[in-house]
Amino acid sequence: MATSLYSPTKFVNPLFVNARSHDKPLFDPLKISTSFLGSTHKLRPTSLQINHPTIHRRSAVVAVSDVVKEKKVQSSSNLLITKEEGLELYEDMILGRAFEDMCAQMYYRGKMFGFVHLYNGQEAVSTGFIKLLKKEDSVVSTYRDHVHALSKGVPARAVMSELFGKTTGCCRGQGGSMHVFSKEHNLIGGFAFIGEGIPIATGAAFTSKYRREVLKEADCDHVTLAFFGDGTCNNGQFFECLNMAALWKLPIVFVVENNLWAIGMSHLRATSDPQIYKKGPAFGMPGVHVDGMDVLKVREVAQEAIGRARRGEGPTLVECETYRFRGHSLADPDELRDPAEKAHYAARDPITALKKHLIESKLASEAELKAIEKKIDEVVEDAVEFADASPHPARSQLLENVFVDPKGFGIGPDGRYRCEDPKFTEGTAHV
Amino acid sequence: MLGIIRQKMAAGVSPVMRIRPVVSALRSYSSAVKEMTVREALNSALDEEMSADPKVFLMGEEVGEYQGAYKITKGLLDKYGPERVLDTPITEAGFTGIGVGAAYYGLKPVVEFMTINFSLQAIDHIINSAAKSNYMSAGQIPVSIVFRGPNGAAAGVGAQHSHCFAAWYGSVPGLKVLAPYSSEDARGLLKAAIRDPDPVVFLENELLYGESFPVSAEVLDSSFCLPIGKAKIEREGKDVTITAFSKMVGLSLKAADILAKEGISAEVINLRSIRPLDRATINTSVRKTNRLVTVEEGFPQHGIGAEICTSVVEESFGYLDAPVERIAGADVPMPYAANLERMAVPQVEDIVRAAKRACYRSVPMAAVA
Repeated sequence: MATSLYSPTKFVNPLFVNARSHDKPLFDPLKISTSFLGSTHKLRPTSLQINHPTIHRRSAVVAVSDVVKEKKVQSSSNLLITKEEGLELYEDMILGRAFEDMCAQMYYRGKMFGFVHLYNGQEAVSTGFIKLLKKEDSVVSTYRDHVHALSKGVPARAVMSELFGKTTGCCRGQGGSMHVFSKEHNLIGGFAFIGEGIPIATGAAFTSKYRREVLKEADCDHVTLAFFGDGTCNNGQFFECLNMAALWKLPIVFVVENNLWAIGMSHLRATSDPQIYKKGPAFGMPGVHVDGMDVLKVREVAQEAIGRARRGEGPTLVECETYRFRGHSLADPDELRDPAEKAHYAARDPITALKKHLIESKLASEAELKAIEKKIDEVVEDAVEFADASPHPARSQLLENVFVDPKGFGIGPDGRYRCEDPKFTEGTAHV
Repeated sequence: MLGIIRQKMAAGVSPVMRIRPVVSALRSYSSAVKEMTVREALNSALDEEMSADPKVFLMGEEVGEYQGAYKITKGLLDKYGPERVLDTPITEAGFTGIGVGAAYYGLKPVVEFMTINFSLQAIDHIINSAAKSNYMSAGQIPVSIVFRGPNGAAAGVGAQHSHCFAAWYGSVPGLKVLAPYSSEDARGLLKAAIRDPDPVVFLENELLYGESFPVSAEVLDSSFCLPIGKAKIEREGKDVTITAFSKMVGLSLKAADILAKEGISAEVINLRSIRPLDRATINTSVRKTNRLVTVEEGFPQHGIGAEICTSVVEESFGYLDAPVERIAGADVPMPYAANLERMAVPQVEDIVRAAKRACYRSVPMAAVA
């Protein structure tokens, strides 16, 4: 039942703007005023649409799968990647897969506990998007965040220790599987509530724009990616943020990892209109659908969406059709999903697909790929050993970090009230 | 010049503040004392903090072009522009989350809820994203944000607009919760809250916005700040301690006047800070007076009074000469009818009666249903 969900349609693709350069770009009409934030004169310019017969709605709804497939057949060099890029993508996906498999092993051996949500099968989305980011760009994730962390550059050792609850973890063992934060790599969570990360990501994008426009840091063009699932797309916060991100033209990409299942609730049973990408244009941003099991297609769409955000053209909603090979979490018996569906997607394993592509287009040899796999195995093993050998948090760590003030309660590091410190009251206003 | 006010209250004198300035200038007493409404106090505090730090920005419904639903943010849009005073759509969950996300990255948002009742729609972000983040990330992600708005009962606004959330937010580790009473409190605590690196819930009171209080020159200075976590003894006494916050402080002071005429000297403590609670001041006071009456506007069960009572029992049990009296709002959703609303919120008479009970000056009453 899931296979015929996305019938490929020949919609106009706003992302390939060069192909339509003689027309007005589809989302230009929305870029009316230069004022940063919603003021009363921001309108929906319906009149401008009438002259463009090819535009169905305010901004197009796109199903990239077939368009991209066609282009691939015609000129395979279009989509792609150099050898280095290919190997980088492959290594990242193998790291994600190997890490998650090791997590499952460790969980069943009792080294990991609580809620653990694995990302097997969805690696193409993480790799396809995150590998295009700079270090200063932000990624906001959900509880299925291990692979996002790894793709963003958090060391495997730090993530594994965190999952084991050791003090050498990236959050010193205080966060756990669902709350992986790394300020250094700009990976913000790790949120357990679905939909919670979306406004946070919108806030991060807001900060980027604020820094550029109000604090005058002219080179600040940081982009934020918000990853979330199909279940979240029915949540109120999702729509609230689509509205505000489009309203204020924030540099954010909303990435939907539509794996068709929210624990045991099928997307089709939960959603009135299952085609999530259509919800973007309702709020004034392009909505794109892409095959999330193919890392190269994802990467191409990501490039355009991230570029759009970086140039200040506003948000994009990207729906990636993907699948998780394991259950929702390691505690999920996964009985409701049809084995035929699982087999269908297993045959489209993104790693196998990339491997095949690399070998067929002679970008890499079997031996090189095997070497990468071996290297990653060692990295993961090393991460486990490191985590095993790491100490548990000290008892004193229980009360630390509740507040920034080390003693809490408005008391600064020197033991006195902050507001009694003359420096705290510096910056006297000129009112 | 440090912005701390030290005060001395002569017992029985009406609550005009007698200030001893840091630079002693006894000449500048009553004639120089200005009056300021709580609304002006909040407005000036926001103005000064926004002027001092460009990372501070406001967001909320109607804070900009409408000049604030209760006119607290009046004039700020014209002064600082729409990039720093954001009118948001009606999306508490969304814009609170955006504020928290901005705070993650070093900005200092001041999020206004039209009433704190509406913060229920955003409570996930206040508690899960803001309060817990510094802990979950082991100190990597401090969240310097202020959530403010009018809390508790107003006049005839019905059940859904009259709920007091002091106890709800006061139970969450990682949050600081402040409840100002006078203009001095409002200015000092709001400035401290904005400068504080942690999430602060700032509970104002709609009925106090228009009330005027005398303020000294120190309070008006733009570097004035009050410490978070310290209560203020509004009126010294020796027979019974009355703790209160926000509007109830005013009622407690009036009750203290009435009690004084009957020979009971009441000490009134303005809590100012719900979390962290200034247990030291409360306990010191109880050890002096040996009797305690807690006053709050919110619902009694699991309320602020319950926490204060437990704190006193834990730390000063031997000093208590009478059971702790707890005055709270009626345990019902707030009714609309004016006479019923009056019955549902503590009045001066209730506080006086409770103080007398604590002093065994009247027959104990049976618990009211």
